[in-house]
Amino acid sequence: MDAILAIDPLLDGKILWTPLVIVLIKVLLVFVVGLVATMLMVWFERKVIAGMQNRIGPNKAGPWGLLQTLADGTKLFMKEDLIPEKADRFVFKLAPYLAFVPAFLSFAIIPLGGDYRNGNGGMITLFGHTTRMQLADPPVGVLFALAISSIAVYGIMLAGWSSGSKYPLLGSVRASAQMVSYEAALGLSLGAVLLIAGTLSTSGIVSGQTSLGNWNVVTTGFVPFFIFLIAATAELNRPPFDLVEAEQELVGGFNTEYASIRFALFYLAEFMNTVTMSGLIVTLFFGGPQPIAIGNTMIDIPFVPNALEGTIWLLLKVLVFLYVYVWFRATLPRFRYDQLMDLGWKVLIPASLGWFMLLAAQRVGSDAGWDRTVVTVVTALVLILGYTLLQLAMKVSRENREKHGAGF
Amino acid sequence: MGYFGGFLVTLRQHGYKNKVTTEYSGGRVFRRKNNDAKDHKIEKPERLHGRHVLNRYEDGMEKCIGCELCAGVCPAKCIYVRGKDNDPDNPTSPGERFGFVYEINYLRCIHCDLCVEACPTEAITESKLFEFSFTNRNDAIYTKAELLVDDQGKPQHLPWEDWREGEDLLTSGWMRATAPAGDASFEGVVSWSGELGYGVRAPEPTQVMRDREDD
Repeated sequence: MDAILAIDPLLDGKILWTPLVIVLIKVLLVFVVGLVATMLMVWFERKVIAGMQNRIGPNKAGPWGLLQTLADGTKLFMKEDLIPEKADRFVFKLAPYLAFVPAFLSFAIIPLGGDYRNGNGGMITLFGHTTRMQLADPPVGVLFALAISSIAVYGIMLAGWSSGSKYPLLGSVRASAQMVSYEAALGLSLGAVLLIAGTLSTSGIVSGQTSLGNWNVVTTGFVPFFIFLIAATAELNRPPFDLVEAEQELVGGFNTEYASIRFALFYLAEFMNTVTMSGLIVTLFFGGPQPIAIGNTMIDIPFVPNALEGTIWLLLKVLVFLYVYVWFRATLPRFRYDQLMDLGWKVLIPASLGWFMLLAAQRVGSDAGWDRTVVTVVTALVLILGYTLLQLAMKVSRENREKHGAGF
Repeated sequence: MGYFGGFLVTLRQHGYKNKVTTEYSGGRVFRRKNNDAKDHKIEKPERLHGRHVLNRYEDGMEKCIGCELCAGVCPAKCIYVRGKDNDPDNPTSPGERFGFVYEINYLRCIHCDLCVEACPTEAITESKLFEFSFTNRNDAIYTKAELLVDDQGKPQHLPWEDWREGEDLLTSGWMRATAPAGDASFEGVVSWSGELGYGVRAPEPTQVMRDREDD
């Protein structure tokens, strides 16, 4: 129990008021940074996608339209708040918060900076106390993120269910099916990272990735990263996996009946999740706030204290992934529902499971001192066998389906 | 690359100078700086349906005869007309009666142009202007004083309307009838009355003439 609660070295031993103030400051800072990041993300997405579609994009509110989100938000707050007559009033009001709060909670475990050089472990000194530049660093960090992201499903599911109308219900059914199936692939590709890092704590995972060759994206062999990226896109309900709110089929999906501030909360949560997920990807695979280093030579930003330099690196890396998400949205058309399920269950889950087994076998082999080539060959053979069995199983089920005359 | 080629296509669009949208901001910048480049409107089609004008003949007489056909045909019931007998000594319109009250409610108008088609005297036509955003319901109801063209035959510029140079030229009944009754053989034939400030406008170039110009 002690190990789980030892969230921060600050809170070890007797708790004095200065650590409490520091924690409060951090809470406030993370909240504000989260909100501002979301605001800028909305602007960034609209501006980039406008560039990709030969438009100008928002440019009236503030310089380069930076305050566009603020203007939209103010407008949404002023609008009439509607609750459909058939809605389950309590759940209908609760759902936006169920979507909104987890978005912020998972932001708490992402290392936002700090000095990770020379085995420093990301510690910084604040008012004579050593602490980390992240709100919380629980030993179960990554598990916490997964748990929180599953709670967010409830927000969307209950929103659709409680609206008391058909399209939102369909949207929420799609949401729960999609998120449950992609969470499996997400978790399994995460497993590969945890296997290499040997820890669940996010700062521990970052500490292990000292140089470019040490980044988990390389050490896990790229495949888990791509699976994670695809599964995360599906988990975020972003295009091309945004079947939950497919306008052409479901009007607005789960948020059809929502207006005003409740809709704003959903909108905010969606973009907040995108930012958080990008942060998580960077933390897990790309060394988080670690500076880019090849071997022992690292790129140092001059005149910036090492602790803040971490924040700059994190920002740059996160920005790349935010751009990638927008790029996906601008490029890829939406999946058909059966394609979505096929990709999730028949490609991503088997692939991540197989890769996980491969890495595990390598790990066990190196621990026990077995011959590396033999281990690789045997695991490859097992994987090929598994793949053949999977194909066979799918063939049989397809034939059965065709015999009974069902659709695709 | 196939499927992934799309990523390059979208990436290449960055920095592509030819944007489909313009820097329009409701005329605020234009009014302040009188600079069209910073607050640019897109070219409008000649026959776009915008806010109405009430036209006058070359001698300054009003074309409206108060027949209420426009009000009758209006699907949104946004036009209110009352006719009145002309004063024989000082007539407002050349006919027997004239439009005494003429009001259009722009909160209702759907700019379908049916009033323009119904009008027997080409009194009411539509201009190209749709950039008029009023801030109260009274401003939304245009009365005859606001709809009637001024002494130069141009539509009046109300404070909340965003007129640019040359936009008030193409407003009259001349626009609607290159081929009256939909018959192509009337192309290029003048079948409209003269109007204040312009006289009888020449017909548009026919398709054949346009093709010749293009060559």
